[in-house]
Amino acid sequence: MAKSTYPRKIVIEPVTRVEGHGKVTILLDEHQQVQQARLHIVEFRGFERFIQGRPYWEVPVLVQRLCGICPVSHHLAAVKAMDLIAGVDHLPPTAEKMRRLMHYGQIFQSHALHFFHLVSPDLLFGFDADPAIRNVIGVARKFPHLAVQGVMMRKYGQELIKATAGKKIHGTGAIPGGINKNLSISERDGFLKDLDQMLKWSRETVALAKDYTVTHLKELADFGSFESNHLGLVRKDGAMDLYHGNLRAITADGKKIFDQVDYQTYADYLSEEVKPWSYMKFPFVKSLGPERGWYRVGPLARINTCTFIDTPEAEVARQEFMAVTQGKPNNITMAYHWARMIEILHSIEKIKELLHDPDLQGTDLRAQGRTRRNQAVGMIEAPRGTLIHSYEVNDQDEVTRCNLIVSTTHNNTPMNRAVEKVARDFLSGTEVTEGLLNRVEVAIRAYDPCLSCATHAMGRMPLVVEIRDAQGDLVHCRTRGVETDA
Amino acid sequence: MPKRLLILGYGNPGRLDDGLGPACIEALRTRVLPDVTLESDYQLTVEDASLAAEHEVVIFVDAAVAGLEPFDFREVQPTETLSFSSHDVEPGAVITLAESLFGTRVKAFSLAIRGYQFNDFGECLSRQAQSNLAAAVNFLTPMIRASAMGSMNNKETGHE
Repeated sequence: MAKSTYPRKIVIEPVTRVEGHGKVTILLDEHQQVQQARLHIVEFRGFERFIQGRPYWEVPVLVQRLCGICPVSHHLAAVKAMDLIAGVDHLPPTAEKMRRLMHYGQIFQSHALHFFHLVSPDLLFGFDADPAIRNVIGVARKFPHLAVQGVMMRKYGQELIKATAGKKIHGTGAIPGGINKNLSISERDGFLKDLDQMLKWSRETVALAKDYTVTHLKELADFGSFESNHLGLVRKDGAMDLYHGNLRAITADGKKIFDQVDYQTYADYLSEEVKPWSYMKFPFVKSLGPERGWYRVGPLARINTCTFIDTPEAEVARQEFMAVTQGKPNNITMAYHWARMIEILHSIEKIKELLHDPDLQGTDLRAQGRTRRNQAVGMIEAPRGTLIHSYEVNDQDEVTRCNLIVSTTHNNTPMNRAVEKVARDFLSGTEVTEGLLNRVEVAIRAYDPCLSCATHAMGRMPLVVEIRDAQGDLVHCRTRGVETDA
Repeated sequence: MPKRLLILGYGNPGRLDDGLGPACIEALRTRVLPDVTLESDYQLTVEDASLAAEHEVVIFVDAAVAGLEPFDFREVQPTETLSFSSHDVEPGAVITLAESLFGTRVKAFSLAIRGYQFNDFGECLSRQAQSNLAAAVNFLTPMIRASAMGSMNNKETGHE
């Protein structure tokens, strides 16, 4: 087929080095300008159905099968809902602190994996570097100390999960009303042995992300960036709290949309829009409507929404971060990486605090429920952002309804905006160049999306780019290393 | 001194036959086997390079959506270039990272057990997958014992 001069659709499918499946479509108008850009998700729904009919106490284990990368987040969000179903409002200190240790271990390992093995190739080699080099093996060859650091940090977090959840896969640590084990002295001492090294590496990683962002601020400030609302859980005093808190939403310039909202009532404040071209929903703040009410979640949003961080080194890092935008919310998409590393430092500071807390060796592990409920919401700040689990349970203890809103779904509109911004800024002509392809990936990757989790998809994804004309006919197709004309 | 043999099964037990890798590890755990490290996970990840580097030989056990029945066993070559998500690290990349990061050249094999049902949620293996799993476990058992005795065949096979 001859190349058309009519409006064209460019499809980038799927995106490498993000979790799961994704496809990017860029629609051009008759003047070869970007008319629209969309991130498509391949959907495989069914998990909610899978849960129905199961006894509620099984759910915290079952939901870990949603995702192999962040099973702990689903485990904890589900068990927080099931605490309430079981009639438990307050956990024994040992139980809550063990869960927090599990969660900070999860944040620590997930952020380390993302930064060192998915993002660092882009930052260290540049967006235009050969993809054959711009990957973790390239990093291992040229910057072996960084690659080892990433592996060891990830491993440390994974071992924390194993010690608190019982095992790496299908951990059973958190149970409705509490936890089923404490941390032994020998386990604690094992983690304390490597703690200083982890702290040192975390500080260095924050410095690396900060230096990169500040040094490249001029080009990054506009890269895939836009103003948006931000959403996150905060403590009653406004502190960042990744395990538990109330909802706070702010505008792009920092005005509060709502604050200290009990997340049991989240459905009164947030809604989800369905669009015909996407299987994934588009959440928004109800009071603002779908056009103005979409928001970002995750590290950037959390740094923007919290009033302060309650660990000293991360708080200093937060203040440096906020100084870049004179204390106003930071809306730079690529600043996600710096924010993520501030959270890694916060997490290891929290881990240190917890490891020195004798409550972790306590033996009061589970509270007895009082008044059984039939519905409840569990919410947590997962590595990628706010995670909502909502359940209804009948009198026979069977789950009758389940609704999940995962972090990547919250970030659906922002990721689409980022792709569109990059496409408008970097598309030249009618072919998808390697440079454009790289930049689209870099913009999406900033959100650390977990697309398989968001859509319950499975499988892997190569990279394919298609150009289609106004009639939808394929004009040009490109994959990594292979290029064809239709 | 590195340990001799690591068998690492991976897959999602909540996705029907995708759980063949972990199921294989569970089956091996029920047998009394000498000098072998048995591990399972949802998928391979970069830190598996660290675990692999602690062993002389690694066998990666995964479900296969196509290919030989009941299983395909072959040597794994280091992967020189790759592009992967954290959901998807190939065995060849794991052993490349083991050498790049930890200086250990690991001999590696893959055991791909043929599965049939992947596109739904469920915690059971299909009947055919169960049969293939039994064949794979029977294939691995004498190999583990031979490994403990200090010898291991480098055979490649599509069946027992």
